[in-house]
Amino acid sequence: MSVRAVVIGTSAGGVQALSHVLPALPADFPAPVLVVVHVPPRRKNALVALFANKCQLAVKEAEDKEPLAPGTIYFAPPDYHLLVETSGTIALSSDEAVNYSRPAIDVLFESAADAFGPGTVGIVMTGANYDGAQGLRAVCAAGGHGIVQTPATAEVATMPEAALAACPDAQAMRLEEIEHALEAMLAR
Amino acid sequence: MDAEVVSESIEDIEIQLLLDALYRHYHYDFRHYARASIKRRLLQARTQLGYDSISAIQSAVLHDETILPRLLNFLTVQVSEMFRDPSYFRALREKVVPHLRTYPSLKVWVAGCSHGEELYSLSILFAEEGLADRTMFYATDINPAALRAAQAGVYPLDRIRLFTENHRLSGGHSSLSDHYTANYDRAVFDKSLRKRTVFSDHSLVTDAAFGEMHLISCRNVLIYFDRELQDRVVGLFGESLVRGGFLGIGSKESLRFSAHANQFADFVRTERIYRRNAR
Repeated sequence: MSVRAVVIGTSAGGVQALSHVLPALPADFPAPVLVVVHVPPRRKNALVALFANKCQLAVKEAEDKEPLAPGTIYFAPPDYHLLVETSGTIALSSDEAVNYSRPAIDVLFESAADAFGPGTVGIVMTGANYDGAQGLRAVCAAGGHGIVQTPATAEVATMPEAALAACPDAQAMRLEEIEHALEAMLAR
Repeated sequence: MDAEVVSESIEDIEIQLLLDALYRHYHYDFRHYARASIKRRLLQARTQLGYDSISAIQSAVLHDETILPRLLNFLTVQVSEMFRDPSYFRALREKVVPHLRTYPSLKVWVAGCSHGEELYSLSILFAEEGLADRTMFYATDINPAALRAAQAGVYPLDRIRLFTENHRLSGGHSSLSDHYTANYDRAVFDKSLRKRTVFSDHSLVTDAAFGEMHLISCRNVLIYFDRELQDRVVGLFGESLVRGGFLGIGSKESLRFSAHANQFADFVRTERIYRRNAR
């Protein structure tokens, strides 16, 4: 099963962790990458500008009903959940916060698991709460690939630890290994 | 993307059948709601209402109409906040109100009003701008329980700090506390704010236009609809507005994809406020 989407979730320390992983992705990366970072609701989304300059892939804020394109990194907008539809388009929602977060990692991961099943790669990195754990479990349960930043190497270990506890099938990796694993997976 | 055909899951079949059943028996039409969100809500309903499957919900709701209101609360109700996106309300105040002042009487439609946070926000804004006495508000929703909550205008006190901050950022020139009384853990909004409001059961999906509005505010509702339904609703808004009337939608919504978009011009682009063309 080829990879249809890579979904990434992170919180405290996440910008730095993403700064290792996202710029390393090659320009011909053949899948869309969707990212939820917990950000304060009323802050303007600085992530797109920050990563657009660093990445070889196109970087944008996810727009409602936009078709997913390979080789593009989509950030969830502040104060909206980011989901994907089985048709391969993006959906935003203003449903209530999940794990005190909107956007929530679980919401993205569960919808990706549902839409893309075994074609989903879910990655949980540094963070200070439990968001992403249930989502990663859903990704693994759907036959997708679960990856977690090795807790000892994470700036805040809570989120990766929770993800590993909820999803024992997931592989723990350092940031550099995550980047290599993605390339290897996509080359297959 | 790969064009792999993934066979429809049993759950997706069950969801389609439930939505068909709700439409055929109760005339509630969720068939053109964006599927990922509706699925999430139905799975929550299944867990929290204690059913084993979506089919079990379908059987229950068809045979026992008392299940319907509980299911509707999962399918429709959303938490919002007063003066959500303060810059939207600031734009209404600074850019739209000067036009509204030129009318001797005004009609404002809050479409999909849910628990009424947007209605009270607009009502306070109109009072602050001296327009309250000439304005009729129409607050509509498909969920009768939400309409009752909107009519009551009671919100948990722990949300007031956020509402107050939003109101301040929106350029409010009264104090939000002038408009409610605290009662234990609840804030009860002044009933004068709704004395010129009609609360009404109205479906954007199946009902007709609502006439001669000067302003329609409908935010974070279109986002839940598929393109086809969005298109219908944008057409409905066009028919419901006076020429030169205003339409405000959510910050992540757009008219761009609608066949009816040519009836509207950008008015405050960044805040998604549009104006119905004169012709």
